[in-house]
Order: sequence, then C-alpha cells, then structure tokens
Amino acid sequence: MANALAPQKRMTIGEGGLALTFAALALLSIVIAAKAYTPEYAFHAYLFTAASIAAVFAIANRYFDRPAEKAPPVTADGRPNYNMGPVKFAIIASVFWGVAGFLIGVIIALQLAYPGLNLDLPWTSFGRLRPLHTSAVIFAFGGNVLIATSFYVVQRTCRARLAGDLAPWFVVLGYNFFILIAGTGYLLGITQSKEYAEPEWYSDLWLTVVWVVYLLVFLATIWRRKEPHIYVANWFYLAFIVTIAVLHLGNNATVPVSLFSPKSYIVWSGVQDAMVQWWYGHNAVGFFLTAGFLAIMYYFIPKQADRPVYSYRLSIIHFWALIFLYIWAGPHHLHYTALPDWAQTLGMTFSIMLWMPSWGGMINGIMTLSGAWDKLRTDPVLRMMVVSVAFYGMSTFEGPMMSVKVVNSLSHYTDWTIGHVHSGALGWVAYISFGAIYCLVPWLWNRPLYSLKLVNWHFWISTIGIVLYITAMWVSGILQGLMWRAYTSLGFLEYSFVETVEAMHPFYVIRALGGILFLSGALIMVFNLWMTVKSETVAGEAEIRLQPAE
Amino acid sequence: MSLWQKHAIFEKNSIVLLIGILIVIAVGGLVEIVPLFYLKNTIEKVEGVRPYTPLELAGRNIYVREGCYLCHSQMIRPLRDEVERYGHYSLAAESMYDRPFQWGSKRTGPDLARVGGKYSDDWHRDHLAEPRSVVPGSVMPAYSFLAKNELDYKHIAADMKVQALLGVPYTPEMIENAVKDVEVQASVDNPDAGDLVKRYPKALARDFDGNPARVSEADALIAYLQMLGTSVDFKMYDDKANIR
Repeated sequence: MANALAPQKRMTIGEGGLALTFAALALLSIVIAAKAYTPEYAFHAYLFTAASIAAVFAIANRYFDRPAEKAPPVTADGRPNYNMGPVKFAIIASVFWGVAGFLIGVIIALQLAYPGLNLDLPWTSFGRLRPLHTSAVIFAFGGNVLIATSFYVVQRTCRARLAGDLAPWFVVLGYNFFILIAGTGYLLGITQSKEYAEPEWYSDLWLTVVWVVYLLVFLATIWRRKEPHIYVANWFYLAFIVTIAVLHLGNNATVPVSLFSPKSYIVWSGVQDAMVQWWYGHNAVGFFLTAGFLAIMYYFIPKQADRPVYSYRLSIIHFWALIFLYIWAGPHHLHYTALPDWAQTLGMTFSIMLWMPSWGGMINGIMTLSGAWDKLRTDPVLRMMVVSVAFYGMSTFEGPMMSVKVVNSLSHYTDWTIGHVHSGALGWVAYISFGAIYCLVPWLWNRPLYSLKLVNWHFWISTIGIVLYITAMWVSGILQGLMWRAYTSLGFLEYSFVETVEAMHPFYVIRALGGILFLSGALIMVFNLWMTVKSETVAGEAEIRLQPAE
Repeated sequence: MSLWQKHAIFEKNSIVLLIGILIVIAVGGLVEIVPLFYLKNTIEKVEGVRPYTPLELAGRNIYVREGCYLCHSQMIRPLRDEVERYGHYSLAAESMYDRPFQWGSKRTGPDLARVGGKYSDDWHRDHLAEPRSVVPGSVMPAYSFLAKNELDYKHIAADMKVQALLGVPYTPEMIENAVKDVEVQASVDNPDAGDLVKRYPKALARDFDGNPARVSEADALIAYLQMLGTSVDFKMYDDKANIR
C-alpha cells in the first residue's frame, strides 16, 4: 500500500480520460432516466448509469492497486507477456450465454408445440422470447467465443501482448453490457423488428463504440507482431470485424424519435429496407457465423491435430472468393417478393457460386487431418471440430440449393429454413466453438481437461439432438410447403391454413426433444469445464506429449 | 508461381489487407442496393397508398413491439396458391411508407398483408385475447393484456415528425392534429371523423376494442390490422403497366 501512494505514480491519459467519459455518461444517463418517455427506457438509462459508475469505480480501484509503472510489460523474461484476463472472461461469458440461449430455444420450441406456455404475459410470449434466443446464441454465445478466440489467436500467432491497457477489458465488458441491454430490451418490448438487428438506436450506438475499439485493439496487436506474415486465421478475423461494422452501420441507420424515447425509425423504407436488411441478415451469417468461425477452424484444428493447414493456396483463394461472393447472396431471402427480379436473380446466382468457396474452406479444414486421421478415434475434442466442419459442408450445400428460386418457392416461410439455420448453427458454429472452448480452458487455466469421456458423452448426446432437430424440420417444412399448395381434384385449395399448423405438432415435439438433448450436452460440458478449472493438478506432463510426429 | 508470392503484400501489411477486404465486400452491396434508389420501376405507380393514421401507426408499433413479424409475413408472392389464399400479390408500393418493412420471413401463422376487412373487429378482439377461442388449432400466444393496456399516444406527433423528416408525406396539419386524430379514430360517430378521412382517405373510425371508455392498445392494433392491404383498389390496378 505504501508503494501505491508513492509520489511518482500518475494516472495515464487512458485511465483519466475513460474515467471522465464514464462519469459524463453516468450524468447523461441520469438526465435521460428522469425525462424518459417510457418506464422501460428509464430502466435502461438507470442500467447505463449503474454500469458507468461501476466503470469509474473499477478504473479508480485498479489505479490505486497497481504499481507505479504505467502498464504491464509487453514482454517478460524475453517472451511475450500475454494478456489472457479478457480472454478468460469472454470464455466464461460465452459458456454462460450459450446455456442461457439454448435454454430459451428449448422454451420457445415447446411454446410452438404447447401454446399455453406463452402464459398470456407480454414478457414470456414467443414474439419477445424468439429474438432473445437468436441474439443470445448468435451474439452472446457466438460473439463472446469470437472475441475470446480472436484475442487469444492474435496474441499467439503474432507473438505479442494484446494492445491497449484498459481497451481489451472495455471490449469484453462493453460487449457483454450491450448483450444485457439488448436482451432485457426484448423482454420489455424494445425492438426495431429487424431480424438479428433488433436492438434500438442507443444499444446500436454503444455497440458501435465497442466494435471500433475491438477493431483497433485487434489491428494494433497485429502491428506488434514478431512474424512478418499475418496468419490466415487473422485474415478471417479481420474480415469478420470490419464487415460486421459496415453491415451494422448500414442496417441500423435510424433517426431516434427523441433522446428520451427508445423508439427510432429507419432511413430506408419498404423494398429498399428489405434489401438492406437481408444484405445485413445474410452477411451476419456470412461474416459473423462463417468468417469468424473459419478463423477458429484455421487455428484450433491444426493446433489440436498437430498438423499444418492442408493448403496455403486454397486458403488464399477461398478467403477472397468467400468474402466477395457472400455479400451478394442477401436477395435469396426475398425470392418472389416485391423486390425487383434482377436483384433476386443476382442473389440466386451468387448464392449458388458461393457453394464453391464454402467447400474450399471445408476441404482445407478436414484435409488438415491428413496423416492424423487416427486421432479422431482417441481425441473427442478434435472429433467435435472435424464433425463441425462436416456440418459446415452440409449446410453450405443445402443453402445454395434452397436459394434456387423453384426450391425456395416451396421452402420459404416454412420450417425448412429453421432446420437449415440450425444445421449450421448447432452443427457448425456451436461445435467448432465447443471444440475451441475444450482447447482453451485447459490452456488458459493450465489444467488438464477433467474428462475426455464426458466430452464423448457431450458429443454423442448433442449429435443425436441435432439429427432429431434438423430431420424434424425437414419433414415439417416440406410437409407444410406442400400442404399450402395442395389442390383438390376440383381445383380448390385442399387445406385451410390452420390445418397445416395442426399437422406440425408432432414435429415440433420432436424438435423440442432435439433441443433438450443439445442443451443436456452443453450442461455436461459446463460440468466438465468446472471440474477442470477447479482441479488442483497443473498441466505439466500434457505439454511434453505435444511433440511433432515427424 | 510468382503470382502466389504477390499475395504477400496482403499478408505483410495489415492496412493493405484491410483496404482489400473493404473493396471486395463493397462491390456486391453497392450493385444490389444502390440501383433500388434510382431505378424508377422499383416501386410501382399506384393510387391509394397513404401514410398511416396516428392510431394505425401506434398499432403498427405494437405489432413491432410484440414481434408479430416473427410468425406472420406481410408479403404475398405471385404464386397461384398464395394469390388464391390471401389475395392479390403484394406490390412494393404498398410498403413504401413502412419503416422498417414488415415482410417477415416465416409463416408459423398466415400472411397478414391483406388481412384488413377479412374478419370483424369482434373476431380480432376475441382472437387477440384467446386465439384458441376462435381458431381451435392455433398455436398463437394469447394477448389479453392488449385490451387492458391504455394506449400511450402522447408522443405520437414526435414519431410522425421523424417520419416526415425521412420523407413520409405527413403534412404539418396531420402532425398538429395527431393526438386528436387518435381519439377521433377510436370513437364512434365523432363529429371530426370527416376531417380525419379528409386527411387519411379510407380511414376507418370506430371503437375497435368494444370499450368506448378509453383507447387501448387493442384499439390501435386492430385499427392497423383492419387497414392492412386495403389501400389499393385492385379492380382499377393494371398489372401489365407495371411489369418489371
């Protein structure tokens, strides 16, 4: 403590500036809370106030506790002094949000089978819980996995400490605060009704600030690199961060009704708004759920298999082709709508072409195992990641197929779309994330993984869950699409709409069962990770065994 | 061989890589989005589409708030079965004042683009309060709280002002009378109903929720649902003139 009070200790510009900014934000939030048009918005303003005050307190507390030197050293004993605190935080957050998101998914799946579960309350109805589910799994679970792995991978592959002192913490805490505001907003009915971009203007502004800092931390860490080349995983992370920023700004260009109103109106309208929305929506898939997770694949599969990436040239071709083609694919969400035909045709054409770079990525991931296929028998973590790439290949074949207009005329508006999304989301995104988490937790906490057998159980239970889910949705989607267009021999529509709804019931029950299995698998993972972190043994010997096979 | 080595410029310079990414991702979006703003045939020329009345706009905001778009589309495709089930296929012009658009992406329930006038107000009231009382096989959540909640419309003029700023043709007169128009439209035989219809042609003024004592959220939502898809008179509409 005596050291902490030494006279030469000064607050850095970052510490002082950030503390002042948060103090100002706290004041502004109090004013907004007092004059807010709705109590829901006032609640959010109070959350902003509380978080800002907590931030000022945390910065001050950290300042008083730290030694007089300005920032932790970039290197220690000649090796990079990695900053793993924010990575650990984001990993814990991702596991928490993942379980929460899967649980809400199970609840809304059951609501569709048993509508009484909506409880006739505003904040428990399907319409408010569904965005909570999608945002929790995509942005809260997936987003935290992406932030954690990108901060880990960029440090290791650049052999440099994460840039910034407070900035990395601002990114992880700020991002999770955004999740909190967005999620509570949905429950309270604050939404702008753009799918996968539901948060209102003030959450969007906050996310913009967090995201710009994220980009700067990531770039500045690359600038510190000791290797001349930027590793392929970082290309994908960079494409993900930059493109999501562009999409976010384009699709959330709104004018708020007032500083004191949570409501805003978008500058685009009708058909143009539809195009901008699905330019955003499809590329949230392309850059958030694909490019970012391909980056995970490019680091964690070679690492876990102890093999180099299969083909360097393939990675160059499929990187540029993938990011170029993906952007065009949005209009396939708008086939046969009032969007002009030329745009629909462009969307379909590029969606079909997109099959090729997608499979380029799949081949590069799976073939990385050449010479190490035997590991699939003994390493369930690697098996999970390889199966995830196989699911990626499956859903990136299904996607182009569904973008063909005649197929889409049947599949659109049905559960087939939901099934397709989940083969990608559960099979690809969640599995590669689980694989990365199973790798990262032992590495970060320096403990051997508690049980490989439990990883095996997780793998098989959730795989059965995924298979139940997507097969139920194939059947219900195609069945409903066919029932809608069925005619009697006299030329009348054969089924009323509600008859097609009633026909869905058994499949909705099977789907919910699949979701329960998937959630159970995730809970097994939580137990396994908990026991790993809690364990007393330090992972010493395990490191030595990781020798190159040559 | 040398071409592959050229790629090193991206791998060794993060700013070059960043600019390369930005250029590559800009192309598709620019080509698909920008022409929609200047090609004249993007939005058909039709008679009858008008901005929402303040009550309809408030109802639309409840539609958005409750996430109705997650299960109901508002976009009838030009396919035989859809046109027979729901009515004339949707035109781009019909959603030209929709911010954001409500075309939807999933039909857990039926399309609502032309639900206006198909059912009585009573039916809507019962259906919102307990969907299974009128459609036994429905899986829709019950929304009985809508009829109990008083509609919050004190600030509706501010909403219209922002829309006017963005290009929706709300006149200063419409904005000035916004709060009054809400009350007029939600009541029966109001002497000012004529002014309302002059400002908003075809606006339906009546007590939508069956409780004349006050304006509820159900009033607003039903007013919105009852006007959906009724703006354009398709007897007068020439399909051929708008072939794109």
